[in-house]
Amino acid sequence: MMRPARSHPLWLAFVLHRISGLALALFLPLHFWVLAKALTAPAQLDAFLRLTDNPAVKLAEFGLVFLLAVHFFGGLRLLALELLPWPARHKTLAAAAVALAFFVSGTFFLEAI
Amino acid sequence: MVAEAQNLKVSVWRGTGETGEFETFDVPSRESQTVLDVVSWIQQQADPTLTYRFACRVGMCGSCAMMVNGIPRWTCRTHVKKVSENNTLRIEPLRNMPVIKDLVADMDPFFDKWVSAEALHHPTSTRNDAITPVDATTPERQAADAGIECINCGICYAACDTVAGNPDYLGPAALQRAWTLLNDAKDGGRIAILDAVSGSGGCHNCHSMGSCTRYCPNELDPMSAIAGLKRETFRHALRRKRDA
Amino acid sequence: MLDLKLYMAQRLTALIMAPLVIGHIAVMIYAIQGGLSAAEILGRTQGSVFWFAFYGLFVLAVSVHAAIGLRVIAHEWGGLKGPALSALTWAVGLGLLIMGARAVWAVTWA
Repeated sequence: MMRPARSHPLWLAFVLHRISGLALALFLPLHFWVLAKALTAPAQLDAFLRLTDNPAVKLAEFGLVFLLAVHFFGGLRLLALELLPWPARHKTLAAAAVALAFFVSGTFFLEAI
Repeated sequence: MVAEAQNLKVSVWRGTGETGEFETFDVPSRESQTVLDVVSWIQQQADPTLTYRFACRVGMCGSCAMMVNGIPRWTCRTHVKKVSENNTLRIEPLRNMPVIKDLVADMDPFFDKWVSAEALHHPTSTRNDAITPVDATTPERQAADAGIECINCGICYAACDTVAGNPDYLGPAALQRAWTLLNDAKDGGRIAILDAVSGSGGCHNCHSMGSCTRYCPNELDPMSAIAGLKRETFRHALRRKRDA
Repeated sequence: MLDLKLYMAQRLTALIMAPLVIGHIAVMIYAIQGGLSAAEILGRTQGSVFWFAFYGLFVLAVSVHAAIGLRVIAHEWGGLKGPALSALTWAVGLGLLIMGARAVWAVTWA
């Protein structure tokens, strides 16, 4: 097998940041649309929120919180890298970002179930 | 022992311009063999029409870079033993550049971007002036020194996925030189450089994915140099706004 | 694709959102205890100047941030450029802003 030129931690951090950002951006319209139901159709909002008792939906929620957390910590990593003249500890930063994201979204998941 | 007897299976990109295909050669395996040795063996023993580029053979001139098993490398300093997989090598011209023929990439766009990035010397004095002393201990000089050993081989540029997705992006090599000049007490092009790296193909397109730093054969760190440019342009823009 | 101005907008909105995201995640972890209901959410947010400002600012920042992010992806992975790329950027930004503003209005003031 030929290795791709990119399989190293910082490239993976970049892909994770991009995919999570893309997914969050695509999720936002749905999120806004559901919340606006409070104005137009409150009963529908409640029916939708009852869906969140479903374990599969809980798992999807965990996924969303994980995406948000991963994008958040990945973003902080980038801001630190670019705005503060830090020495080369980029890989540690990247790993810490993912670890923290798991911690935060894991907390969310444990509360949810 | 066994390696001596075994032949290497070497796939080499052959073709002119955008068309081409891989051609496979059997090359005798030797102790302490570099990828450039392999390419030279093919050209001298198997097919004299193979086109490739090299000059110094000791890692100084930066002309022999190629893709080796998908990774950009300086072939004269790359040992076959370290990069071959099951005795096979796949050798291609540098990524992100047009191909002229076989293993020779057209480096014109690469060097044009050095000029676009103002990565060229902006003199501050004439031959009649006294020589500006350089203080090696200042942080600016140290930042410049960190990137000064670039040999223009194009490996970082070939490794960069941002260049692949965004052909206007100036790329790590040109931007790193812009950064060293920005920190050079003898360079007078500060504003010109900051403007040149702030356009739509400028340093702000970089996603810090770090392939440049990972594959630079001279172990330079273009990613951090580009981060320096982002910081400096950001600061300069805020200051400009405040003074306006 | 990303000149200095867009880059600064991207990073400044990121800085604005950093504390907001922490707040949002904290609220989520708190809010899901014992299940979600419209009454619970609205009871917390309705008529609150604080939540109106919090989520209003959040929506404003995320619209800019997401529009620029999608612009870069559309160019690098989708090959979109020129007027089409600008149109996409504006459409995403304004679309998210309108939908988001409507959602914030619905849960705080309406």
